Amino acid sequence: MTSPAVLDPDAAQAVVEVYGVRHHGPGSARAVRRALAAFGPDAVLIEGPPEADALVPLAADPGMTPPVALLAYADGAEPGRRRALFWPFAEFSPEWQALRYAVGVGVPVRFCDLPAAHRLAEEDDDDPGDASDPLGMLAEAAGYDDAERWWDDVVEHRVDDPSPFPAIAEAMAELRGPVTPDAVSGREARREAFMRRTLRRARRDGFRRIAVVCGAWHVPALAARIPAAHDDRLLRGLPRAKVALTWVPWTHGRLAGRSGYGAGVRSPGWYHHLFTAPDRPVERWLTAAARVLRAEDLHVSSADVIEAVRLAEALAALRGRPLAGLDEVTEAVRAVLCGGADEPVALVARRLVVGERLGAVPDATPMVPLQRDLVAAQRRLRLRPSAEEKDLDLDLRVPTDLERSRLLHRLRLLEVEWGVPDPDASRSRGTFREAWTVRWRPEFDVRLIEAGVWGTTVADAAAARARDLAAHAGSLADLTALAERCLLADLGAALPDVMRVLADRAAVEPGTAHLMAALPALVRALRYGDVRGTDPAPLRTVVDGLAVRIRIGLPRAATGLDDDAARALLAGIGAVHEALSLLGDDASGHRDAWLDALTDLLGRPNVHGVIDGRVTRLLLDTGRLPDASGRMARAVSSGAPADRAAAWIEGFLADGGVVLVHDDALLGLLDDWLAGLPAETFGTVLPLLRRTFGAYGAAERRAIGERVRRPGRPTGPSGDDPDPARADPAAATVLRILGWETA
Amino acid sequence: MTDVLRPHAEQEFAAELALLAEHDDRPRPPGWKLSPWAVTAYLLGAELPGGAVVTPKYVGPRRLVEVAVATLATDRALLLLGVPGTAKTWVSEHLAAAISGDSTLLVQGTAGTSEEAVRYGWNYARLLAEGPSAAALVESPLLRAMRRGAVARVEELTRMPGDVQDALITLLSEKALPVPELNTEVQARPGFTVIATANDRDRGVNELSSALRRRFNTVVLPLPETVEDEVAIVARRVEQLGTALELPAAPAGLAEIRRVVTVFRELRSGVSADGRTTLKVPSGTLSTAEAISVVTGGLALAAHFGDGVLRPSDVAAGIVGAVVQDPSADAVAWQEYLETVVRARPEWNDFYRACRDLA
Repeated sequence: MTSPAVLDPDAAQAVVEVYGVRHHGPGSARAVRRALAAFGPDAVLIEGPPEADALVPLAADPGMTPPVALLAYADGAEPGRRRALFWPFAEFSPEWQALRYAVGVGVPVRFCDLPAAHRLAEEDDDDPGDASDPLGMLAEAAGYDDAERWWDDVVEHRVDDPSPFPAIAEAMAELRGPVTPDAVSGREARREAFMRRTLRRARRDGFRRIAVVCGAWHVPALAARIPAAHDDRLLRGLPRAKVALTWVPWTHGRLAGRSGYGAGVRSPGWYHHLFTAPDRPVERWLTAAARVLRAEDLHVSSADVIEAVRLAEALAALRGRPLAGLDEVTEAVRAVLCGGADEPVALVARRLVVGERLGAVPDATPMVPLQRDLVAAQRRLRLRPSAEEKDLDLDLRVPTDLERSRLLHRLRLLEVEWGVPDPDASRSRGTFREAWTVRWRPEFDVRLIEAGVWGTTVADAAAARARDLAAHAGSLADLTALAERCLLADLGAALPDVMRVLADRAAVEPGTAHLMAALPALVRALRYGDVRGTDPAPLRTVVDGLAVRIRIGLPRAATGLDDDAARALLAGIGAVHEALSLLGDDASGHRDAWLDALTDLLGRPNVHGVIDGRVTRLLLDTGRLPDASGRMARAVSSGAPADRAAAWIEGFLADGGVVLVHDDALLGLLDDWLAGLPAETFGTVLPLLRRTFGAYGAAERRAIGERVRRPGRPTGPSGDDPDPARADPAAATVLRILGWETA
Repeated sequence: MTDVLRPHAEQEFAAELALLAEHDDRPRPPGWKLSPWAVTAYLLGAELPGGAVVTPKYVGPRRLVEVAVATLATDRALLLLGVPGTAKTWVSEHLAAAISGDSTLLVQGTAGTSEEAVRYGWNYARLLAEGPSAAALVESPLLRAMRRGAVARVEELTRMPGDVQDALITLLSEKALPVPELNTEVQARPGFTVIATANDRDRGVNELSSALRRRFNTVVLPLPETVEDEVAIVARRVEQLGTALELPAAPAGLAEIRRVVTVFRELRSGVSADGRTTLKVPSGTLSTAEAISVVTGGLALAAHFGDGVLRPSDVAAGIVGAVVQDPSADAVAWQEYLETVVRARPEWNDFYRACRDLA
């Protein structure tokens, strides 16, 4: 069963078998394994980057678990330009099985594809593998929509001929036509020239039984009689990049065709199952699907699985297929296990058909120091990477959790978004909890390798990156956000530098609005820094400076604004007010000074109505404004222009109408003003009022309506004084619940 | 056959079924008149060797029909689920006709369906005169299907009261029905199975118990995917109905059918066909079946009162009747649709005027 391989006259005694495979095809993988065992080669050539030859022994390491990928990256390339190539291997990849076979029996392995050094040096190389799928084309010609199914039906079930490879070689020869030196061009020609050259070298090196595992498409090219001189000419003078190779963990998700990977597969989980299931693949698959559904509390019994298997098999028979395939089992899952509903089927597809499996590489794998440092940290903090999305709830009072939080924040600075803070939880900042969503993705390894230029440990690299970001920061707010991130990541080394840049920038920043946008992040950091055990002194200095400059700049910033600018400033005033309130009544006196500045603003002319109203409200809430009713009356009196009055109301009530429900005097004022408006003015004011009131919740609006309908009545359900005799038991119970009083 | 208003599927398509049986050389499950392949071909349409053509009965995804047929071939019960007007009853009738040659073993589910309709009742005169005997037994269609090894149909399963639904459970899992009064039981012969239909849109239905649901394989029939599919379905059905009702032959203008289908699809999905206008969705189901009846009604109008050509004014009344089910909310939705979408289409001018004239 020798394939039609060319034998050079000077190595006539060498036997060469070429196995044309389908990348990531479980059928191919099984066939390769069988063929290799029967052939017993003394050398195995595999399609892949030859620079990886030195990495072959690692494949035998017990710590190596597929899916993994060979990663080639252009060493020393400037950051930002990602230059990396991957050759992924799953358990069911024929190349991986050939590799495992060879290292298992101690036979040398050589990779025979075009070196990664050339491919990375090419200008635009965004095609990481064979985009064409020749077996898929054959399957299509035979009327199949799935190449694996065609392979199974046509190849795997042919018992009389154990090796499908001669037939595949013939089919490919037919498909491609005669391979002459000029039949192919471009990169494909160079790749195939290199494959032939590697094969010639293996012969010259004295190997006598050589097995070649490559994409089926290339089989005719390897068998063709093409002079060595032609190949040498083709390969001469190719551009070369400095590259380094290593193994990285890979995921089934990235193998799936939908992630846009050229030689991808639609259903890696199904293929993995087909390859690993010892027998009864349909029964095992449907049982696994039932388990997935049960884990989500969907009731699926064994009887249902039995019926699902029967349906899958009947469907396969109806469609004239020897064995139920993915289509049939999916139909069975939908019709029997899921009651026709689509959502559980999608769940099964996600968990099982794709299957989030993350590979692992052994410790001996070449890594940049940064990767090593991260692996050590992961081990120390017992935080294992996983391809599945998981929620991580950290208690910052626990040292391990605090360390974990710092690690995730540092990695984020390095653009390794392993953990993403839960956006919903950000409001609860300042408590001791921190919520993350963690999920490892294979490309993080590339980012880590790139980030290697910043330092050798995660902490050093993050600090260096933070300094660089500070030096190139666009706006003051970016800088303060960066400072906050430095604090979260506990980058004490970088913080002084960041703060210095920040102070310099703040000193020359002309726009008060920018200063206002910058302050809140800093105040948050200052306020909660102690939870994380960071030193607040450098921050304090900058906050002091910012607060003073904002106060001084406020009057100028708040006068003579148009509508849009006024609303933008409104948000800034709110944020600063909130931030300084957060700071509390400390020795610095920022809060009091800020309130003074606001009070001062009230008396000024040319302040936009929205701001005037808002400031009045802020001061009212702090209890500093005894005559709020008078101010409102003035603001909305008939002397004031209607649009300014409405803007004033909008600012005044910007954050909720509760005050109207509870303050009768205010509501009365508003009511009187509205009722007293002339008809034509009312039309102008109405849209502005609607904007304000439309933002309130329905319950609030209803409450206000109730109050207006029955003016003068107190807030309670009835005007009676509380009856202590009736209220006492209830009050006692409440006190007991609160634990303020024992029974 | 000629003297009935609506012939059964096995009567109307007797010729096709006979042709299929003649060419069918594949193994047939016990009790089946045709092999599963032939049943699939009967529903989806096929060309037979010799040039005879089997018309498609169901236009939709092939895989759904395959799953349905495979389900019945494994003597499992089949539940066809879908919103009203997605051809559930249609498919069930044709499946029964093709498999058993008999689509009449039918139980119609209503709120008043009693257990006797599902199991058996008694001829009380006989029962009183002779005491319990097999002769006094009145068998339900299901019981007869069991005896004959045929497909029984249960329409609108979810309209039956829960306890009546539950009577099906034993029948489906044991494939036997005990008759304790006679101290005997009826065991189903090979070929017996049940096709049930249920819709998941109407309110006031009795939810299926999970015990019953587990005894069915479920196939959800979707609304037609594209306008072209739906136009094809409506056009074919209208043609067939026209023949059956002996309407004077009026050319069912394809343009008019397309317009009806477009109106229904737009209102159903709440988005105009160009995806630029959001619409209020009326409370009616606006199914393909309703589109068919609007066009048939329009044809009758055109033939009897018009000039024999289907005009916008002939379908307008039917469309408004189908859309406006709830006089207040739906009327608003329809007005809005008329003014924003229909009016903006110059080629729909005549239709717009016809609808305006109705209001």
